[in-house]
Amino acid sequence: MTEAPAPPSAAEAPPRRGAARAWRRFRRRPMPMTGLVLVAGFLLLAIAGPLATGDPAAQDYAATLAPPSGAHPLGTDDLGRDALARVAHGAQVSLQAGVLSTLLAMAAGIPIGLVAGFYRRWLDPVVMRLVDVTLAFPFLVFAVGLAAIIGPSLKGVVLALGFSQLPAVIRITRGEVLSIREMDYVSAAVADGASDGYIMLRYVLPNCAAPLIVQATVAIPAAIIGEATLSFLGLGVQPPTPSWGVMLTTAQQYLDVAPWLAIWPGLMIALATLGFNLLGDGLRDVLDPRSGR
Amino acid sequence: MSLLRITDLTVGFDTDDGLVQAVKGISLELAEGEILALCGESGCGKSVTAMSVPRLLPPETTRLSGSIELDGRELTELPESQLRRIRGKDVSVVFQEPMTSLNPSFTVGYQIAEVLRRHEGLSRRAARDRAVELLELVGIPLPARRVKEYPHQLSGGMRQRVMIAIAVACSPRVLIADEPTTALDVTIQAGVLDVFRDLRDRLGTAVILITHDLGVVADIADRAVVMYAGRAVEQAPVDELFARPRHPYTLGLMRALPSAAVNGRLAEIPGLVPSPLSDPDECAFHARCPRAQADCVLKRPELVRQADEHLAACFHPGGPS
Amino acid sequence: MNVLEINDLVKHYGQVRAVDGLSLSVGQGEVLGLVGESGSGKSTVGKCVLRLTEPTSGSIRLGGADITHLSRRAMRPLRRDVHMVFQDPYSSLNPRFTIERIVAEPLLRHGIARGRAAGERVAAMLEQVGLRPEMRSRYPHELSGGQRQRVGLARALILEPKLVVADEPVSALDVSVQASVLNLITDLQREMGFSCLFVTHDLSVVEFLADRVAVMYLGRIVESGPTARIFAEPRHPYTQALLSAAPVADPVRQRERRRIVLGGDVPSPVDPPSGCRFHTRCPLAYEECRTREPVLADPREGGHPVACHLVTADHTPDATAAR
Repeated sequence: MTEAPAPPSAAEAPPRRGAARAWRRFRRRPMPMTGLVLVAGFLLLAIAGPLATGDPAAQDYAATLAPPSGAHPLGTDDLGRDALARVAHGAQVSLQAGVLSTLLAMAAGIPIGLVAGFYRRWLDPVVMRLVDVTLAFPFLVFAVGLAAIIGPSLKGVVLALGFSQLPAVIRITRGEVLSIREMDYVSAAVADGASDGYIMLRYVLPNCAAPLIVQATVAIPAAIIGEATLSFLGLGVQPPTPSWGVMLTTAQQYLDVAPWLAIWPGLMIALATLGFNLLGDGLRDVLDPRSGR
Repeated sequence: MSLLRITDLTVGFDTDDGLVQAVKGISLELAEGEILALCGESGCGKSVTAMSVPRLLPPETTRLSGSIELDGRELTELPESQLRRIRGKDVSVVFQEPMTSLNPSFTVGYQIAEVLRRHEGLSRRAARDRAVELLELVGIPLPARRVKEYPHQLSGGMRQRVMIAIAVACSPRVLIADEPTTALDVTIQAGVLDVFRDLRDRLGTAVILITHDLGVVADIADRAVVMYAGRAVEQAPVDELFARPRHPYTLGLMRALPSAAVNGRLAEIPGLVPSPLSDPDECAFHARCPRAQADCVLKRPELVRQADEHLAACFHPGGPS
Repeated sequence: MNVLEINDLVKHYGQVRAVDGLSLSVGQGEVLGLVGESGSGKSTVGKCVLRLTEPTSGSIRLGGADITHLSRRAMRPLRRDVHMVFQDPYSSLNPRFTIERIVAEPLLRHGIARGRAAGERVAAMLEQVGLRPEMRSRYPHELSGGQRQRVGLARALILEPKLVVADEPVSALDVSVQASVLNLITDLQREMGFSCLFVTHDLSVVEFLADRVAVMYLGRIVESGPTARIFAEPRHPYTQALLSAAPVADPVRQRERRRIVLGGDVPSPVDPPSGCRFHTRCPLAYEECRTREPVLADPREGGHPVACHLVTADHTPDATAAR
């Protein structure tokens, strides 16, 4: 009894363009804007950072486990490598792992979800059972197996993370397709004699975009953590390639003498993840008319 | 003395497009046992006006000014905690959508009893007995059995009756009904409207009925306020209103009804409702009005007395010409 | 020859008997108002005609061709002749298409025109439904409800179909907007001469624009006939109740009317009542109504068909007199 009626809009007054409006709504919120700034910073670090910093593998035996200084603003590790350069190159690895695995999951999951949702009578039950099976499969066991087959590498990380994201992408796409295919405009297309493929591509898929964009902003930070985890466990990116996870592995041995070695990659993972999540929440609010105003 | 007196009420909402003025200075009175219809088309501010009374509007974005007096008590200055005690007890609301207004996890009897226990402090037992009486009051057959049922076991018409039973459980002074029959079939609608009539006759409940349907207004209301673009443009007892509509908008609405077709054509109201973002000092209806003249854009017409109890905001009022 | 001919149509969704043995026809240039309340199955009839759903049994003939169980491929060429206008102006237009593209879609799908030629036909059609040419590059969310419904009409009519199925096309609109869309439909129907199956719950709309009316209750037609006749002398107690229940916008007349308030609710279409499906709510029902199902027939020479045991050659029931 306490629900409030939505603020009225003059029904016959045409509303304004969607994208510009969504941006204005987005811009007014502090949290999503913080997220946007953090994500932008992360992208800048991952893309421009490796160019601006030196060789992450260059060893300086004169300064091993050195605290932050003028020459090494973030200090150095056990082999005298510059932590700043390693953090920047690690960002690149994280970005690659996050974006590539998400793209992989989307590339495979969207078509599957689209077709499954569209042919919900006969295809959907099959696909959804397969998704359930995938979900029941422990991610780490899968990653270990994959590392055993193709060797621990960034490729393996991307494959393992992409595969682990697949069920979520399929489910989200399918759920969206199930509701969109009930829209009258899809019926209208059927009544025009449009083919299934055409309806899926031009009527259904473009209208599923919003939740998938939101999903990507959730999946990328999860993949960043995933990459760090796998690399930390030695199943992912291999030394000497700098990865935040690899850096943490090294750092744990020197926690008492060189705590900054753990702080920098840890802080980076936390900030990047937080940034994407805040951005995702903001996008959800402005893109999804069902949540809030 | 009138039971509810709204004076110069203005309600705006902060939106991303700026301040949207939904209600721009409306004054009205509601007498004990009266059924007052607030009518007009979507966006005219009829729901916002009524929901301002129990203040069921999003608090963060609502800008409200003016006065709302219930029994001489000013409501606009009451804090939320005190308003909560008024909602459901002195002023209660029936919403349009009977499907979503009930909690699917509890029996209808429990939901009615909950209100009684909260506001009246009745015991579990007494509340249950009263719930059965209330279901009977709103015309639900076999009430003793129905109290034990869940909302999904009831049809749309029955659910709306349950909503009304909840709303009148504490014998409110004012019942606000927001398009209560719009989601219902006509053969069900008649019965639900009878419930309101019956409540008024038996309990003396005053009703504010928000509706876009002039047929419903004619059927049940004593008096009607026609709203356009956030303002009252006409106000009169229904017999008078339908016999001699003064405002060209009211007349336009009546003539646009399919049943009012002349030679196979309906009278249209050309043009669009003005934007709620701006409010120039002119008649808001002038661009769509067949009687508009030069003076209509110079100044906004006030709601003035045209005849006994008949008010209209128009420089060129008249009967059907 | 009738443009649409439906015979003994049955459509069950699992247990739900949405349409349960319905026959009707729509003649050349005729507007048939199919009236019923929620759950009567009226919208399902429209969906079957468009083959948006496959009928369970019975037959549907479009201009002589039996389309009841046609494959999608075989159905495609026939789709030129039948189009649909939907109820909800907010969900019936693809939000990602411009208005021009939306209206051009039928032309493109049927390979009738493309590019410039399609653009010209769209412009002409938009003008015909009263939309300015600059609307072409807009997106649906930039339009008002009334404008969207005009776009829906333009899209349905651009191939100049023989039959238009309109499912509650004005129910979501405000009265003043509804009036202009109804006038437009009337004008277009006169100019273009299409036949129309107009599905609605609103009797006043039907009275305004239908030539003939068919009243549905729980999946069946209970009465049908010329509009003027049905409104002047409804014979089925349900039609009488429906007509008496819709309030008129005149308080004096409304008070004088004798209303029939029906008891109870519409029974579930999963398990419709035996005998006459209306007997559970009919104020005049007697024993036979509970056991024997009435057939839709005209018991009187020159009358109109009605499915009620009480209607005989020399007797018409009066539900207003009961209770």
